[in-house]
Amino acid sequence: MANLVHMVAPARRVPPCADTGDRRYTPVNGGARFLLRLREAAIGPAAEALGIDLAVPLNRASVVNSRGAMRLSPDEWLLLWPETEAASVAPLLAARLTDRRYSLTDISHRQTGLMLNGAAVPDILNSGCALDFDLAAFPVGMVTRTNFFKAEAVLWRQDEFSFYLEVWRSFVPYVWSLLSIVGREYPE
Amino acid sequence: MTQAYRLAAGGRIDRSRTLGFSFDGKHYKGYQGDTLASALLANGVHLVGRSFKYHRPRGILSAGAEEPNALAGVGCDDAHYTPNLRATQVELYDGLKAESQNRSPSLVRDYGAVNDLLWRFFPAGFYYKTFMWPRKAWTKFFEPRIREMAGLGRSPQTPDAACYAQRFAHCDVLVIGAGPAGLAAALAAAKTGARVILCDEQAEPGGSLLAEPDAVIDGLPAADWLKAALAQLAAFPKVKVLARTIAFGYFPHNMLGLAESLTDHAGEPDDTSPRGRLWQVRAKEVVIAAGAIERPLVFPDNDRPGIMLAEAARIYAERYGVLPGRKPLVFTAHDSAYRTALALHRAGCAVAGIVDMRPAADGPYAAAARRAGLPIYLASTVSGTGGRLRVARATVVSLAGGAEQRIDCDTILMSGGFTPSVHLFSQSRGKLVFDATLDAFLPGAPAEACRVAGAGAGLQTLKEALESGAAAGAGAVGGAAVTYQVTNAPLARGGFIGVVPGHVDPTSVRAFVDYQNDVTAKDVSLALREGMRSVEHVKRFTTTGMATDQGKLSNMNALGIMSAELGKPVSAIGTTTFRMPYTPVPFGYFAGYARGELFEPERRTAIHGWAAERGAVFEDVGLWKRARYFPQGGEDMRAAVARECRAVRGGVGIFDASTLGKIEVVGPDAAEFLNRMYINAWTKLQPGRLRYGILLREDGFIIDDGVIGRVSETCFHVTTTTGGAPRVLAMMEDYLQTEFPELDVWLTSTTEQYAVIALQGPLARQVIEPLVEGADISAKAMPHMSMVECRIAGVPARLFRVSFTGELGFEINVPADYGRSVWEALMESGLAHGITPYGTETMHVLRAEKGYIIVGQETDGTVTPADVGYSGMIGKAKPDFVGKRALAREAFATQTNRKQLVGLLTADPALVLEEGAHIVADPAQPKPMTMLGHITSSYWSETLGRSIALALLRDGAARTGETLHVPLESGDARVTVVSSVFYDPEGVRLNG
Repeated sequence: MANLVHMVAPARRVPPCADTGDRRYTPVNGGARFLLRLREAAIGPAAEALGIDLAVPLNRASVVNSRGAMRLSPDEWLLLWPETEAASVAPLLAARLTDRRYSLTDISHRQTGLMLNGAAVPDILNSGCALDFDLAAFPVGMVTRTNFFKAEAVLWRQDEFSFYLEVWRSFVPYVWSLLSIVGREYPE
Repeated sequence: MTQAYRLAAGGRIDRSRTLGFSFDGKHYKGYQGDTLASALLANGVHLVGRSFKYHRPRGILSAGAEEPNALAGVGCDDAHYTPNLRATQVELYDGLKAESQNRSPSLVRDYGAVNDLLWRFFPAGFYYKTFMWPRKAWTKFFEPRIREMAGLGRSPQTPDAACYAQRFAHCDVLVIGAGPAGLAAALAAAKTGARVILCDEQAEPGGSLLAEPDAVIDGLPAADWLKAALAQLAAFPKVKVLARTIAFGYFPHNMLGLAESLTDHAGEPDDTSPRGRLWQVRAKEVVIAAGAIERPLVFPDNDRPGIMLAEAARIYAERYGVLPGRKPLVFTAHDSAYRTALALHRAGCAVAGIVDMRPAADGPYAAAARRAGLPIYLASTVSGTGGRLRVARATVVSLAGGAEQRIDCDTILMSGGFTPSVHLFSQSRGKLVFDATLDAFLPGAPAEACRVAGAGAGLQTLKEALESGAAAGAGAVGGAAVTYQVTNAPLARGGFIGVVPGHVDPTSVRAFVDYQNDVTAKDVSLALREGMRSVEHVKRFTTTGMATDQGKLSNMNALGIMSAELGKPVSAIGTTTFRMPYTPVPFGYFAGYARGELFEPERRTAIHGWAAERGAVFEDVGLWKRARYFPQGGEDMRAAVARECRAVRGGVGIFDASTLGKIEVVGPDAAEFLNRMYINAWTKLQPGRLRYGILLREDGFIIDDGVIGRVSETCFHVTTTTGGAPRVLAMMEDYLQTEFPELDVWLTSTTEQYAVIALQGPLARQVIEPLVEGADISAKAMPHMSMVECRIAGVPARLFRVSFTGELGFEINVPADYGRSVWEALMESGLAHGITPYGTETMHVLRAEKGYIIVGQETDGTVTPADVGYSGMIGKAKPDFVGKRALAREAFATQTNRKQLVGLLTADPALVLEEGAHIVADPAQPKPMTMLGHITSSYWSETLGRSIALALLRDGAARTGETLHVPLESGDARVTVVSSVFYDPEGVRLNG
């Protein structure tokens, strides 16, 4: 029998996004993601262990180097981590939070990111997302869980006209198709 | 055709752009800026429709959304066809193709007009009275006939070729209506830096200012002021002006629905760009500046083509440069109609007279009419009209009596005064207050953060409209009030509601109150005579104000009639509800992008592409696409499934189980949490072991099931059914937050984190083993219902030894992006073992052979664990779990005939029973038979070489060996009750 054990880990294959020719949308492939849940008392120690501020206001992102922590609810953070550093996250937290009163779940493959850049992006998002994207209501640095049409999404405003959208992988073709259709209403 | 009624100059149309269009196949010319109505009038066409009930010839009555008669079907073909469009709102474009409705064969010769001769037999409520007997004739004759006659317009039969857009929007102030009040409101709000959306139904913002040649605002002629105001608004970055956008609905918490027409005005030239856009606007404050609608006068035969509203006639002349006729007769109870008479007189018409119901008319317009020498008949009324397809004469009589005077005319322009458009305010649940001096319902206390300005609030002069608008706009955002200097826009007064007094027998004539629904004054009186007292009852009995009218034209006149006959003031009668939409909105606006493949998200697994490339047949499971079977060559489903089943039982099959719901339950209290949720005991389950869990609702019935693995002391990998995943997570989260907030445990959906590959069959281990790193998966080291974390094909994996087929089986959980690569590695490794991909159909057959239930198939929301033989799984020592108390109810303990899971074998082994078929003891018993149960699953079992079925059967456990019957369409099938486990009852193969 052929020994296949030592085959190299294959490349990640993300859900397909057909080339729409719309340069405002870019799939963001790869990367590690974790969902971190913990009680208030553990916020400080966890932040120290991870080297990132977690005590940010609700619906705000904290970014250090290329790590991001998005506070989605009082006890919930979405961590976006470089894939190369992903393996250290669990041991760092386990070493610090020895009472184990937290949950760290790897969801690196659960969802995929899409980067949206362009002056029309707030309008395009408003086709299927009911939120107010006025800078006063949704400032740069805000991140929230929301819906884009019938897909659950996490939306992070990185700049006035730059949004980072995360959706579950099986919803990617649906979201991508809608973005491309709506995008035609707002020529580049 | 020449445009014989077009003025040589004036108006806002572009005479350099001639447009060709057709109406009922006849070709005409119009200009850019025309509506279909104004272009038809320019060509002298008044006859544009037939009325709903009596098929009476009807003409263009108005110049706006309130049009009841001029309904047309418009579109170049069936896929672009929209029925029931108001010609007054249809913008003209080159090549426009319109047709009239409710006539056969033509407008001029309409067979339905026989109804008009028989009008005495069609009183209000005649449907309720006429067709009571004979009873059978209703379904066989009357109803089909009425359905055929009912309804206006023709539904297109081809799918709509257009696409539609949708948008959510937020603003500080939404201003509805871009007339003077709305413009002033938007300007006042915009000056404070507020976010403003100003919408208007017309192509051009301006409202009444679009037909205002006289007034001067702040030193500028109205048209110039309008231009300046729009330029000012355009310069504010936070102001959005939406033309061709109708606010059709006012929803709770200041959510408004707007329908923006995008390409209708150009004839939908391109199917790939949206025809219209639905806006859902959440506004902090709303300013309604919707204006007022002129009321018709209710006099005998007030519906002939050529009879129109006076203000509409003036708009046609001033805005479109079109004369509605050459010899108009004006009939009025309001000063503004004198303005119309003057405008037409100036434009060269021979005004036949102004008939005023009032004993005196003093306003500046009346004075000017007198100066111009127009004949005025005060304290007079129109007692009748003549002319078949176009009005040709009227009889005028003094209210004091005396001889009738016949006046020849080609149009009658009427004005009963103005009704404030309170539709949206009423939709917002704001209270209406009756103003007896204006004979109008006005907005009272609002229920939402909204203000009403201008004519819609009962204000009557341009200056008041502008200043009330500014006050509303400023007030909404804390800005400053503004005053306006307005000249040449005097107050016009007057008005009348109800049926016009005359000297005719009211029962012998028809004076229309509601043109669209063919409701006459006589009908309203009849309703009262028959005992209707509430305005809502009168509305339903007569149909007045129904359909698209929604009280726009008919409401106040019907109330006037009721008030007079009941001897009660209008304020004591009240008004009907103004329903949304304000004007009809095509369905496509609401469907938006959700059509075809985007109707619902189509969820695909990481392995979907592999299966699709190999010709798999997919089925929908919830939103997921799942491979149902993999036909080879010319195989049909039965042959493919038989082959796949043989492969699994005899060798090894591979199956994509990625859609299974997965929840990571983590925390020191994870086991305790699962103890409280599932019927099973979890505390003693060791890390590395699996257990099949059953989840109940509070009422004790099974809602979900799945295998749960203990990854570590504090971490469980829970699986759920494919369809149940979101429901189970929501239920768990609900209990966790509301019932068990003290538990240190957190839930995370991992359904999409993992691709799940099931390898099932006696050779499964041989396929996986070469790919495994970091684990011993031998039968000894890894028994049935155990799990291990390892690497498979170089990828970190959670490997479960579990079986839903009864064979030696594994389920490999790998991060989803690696799913297809691992699948392909397994295929390669399995090549030598004849590995066979199988789909959900085979999975269903194999599990049925083993009697494994599928939640939702063997259960239907009324099945307890005991009913399916799972009582033994209940953790007896647990103090509580969801559903425990329900199971302890006496009813369950004492009921002896509960439906229980059994197996059935047909006497004819080739017969596959129908799922859902009933089971009876004696097929010869009289109907209705006593049902003993029903078939839940039924398949051809390739393994057993015969058919098998699972069923829920009353007292089933005690019936083993009994012969029962299943009546089928093809005849009676004899069945024997057996155990629900058909294959390998000892479970030897699981432990291979």
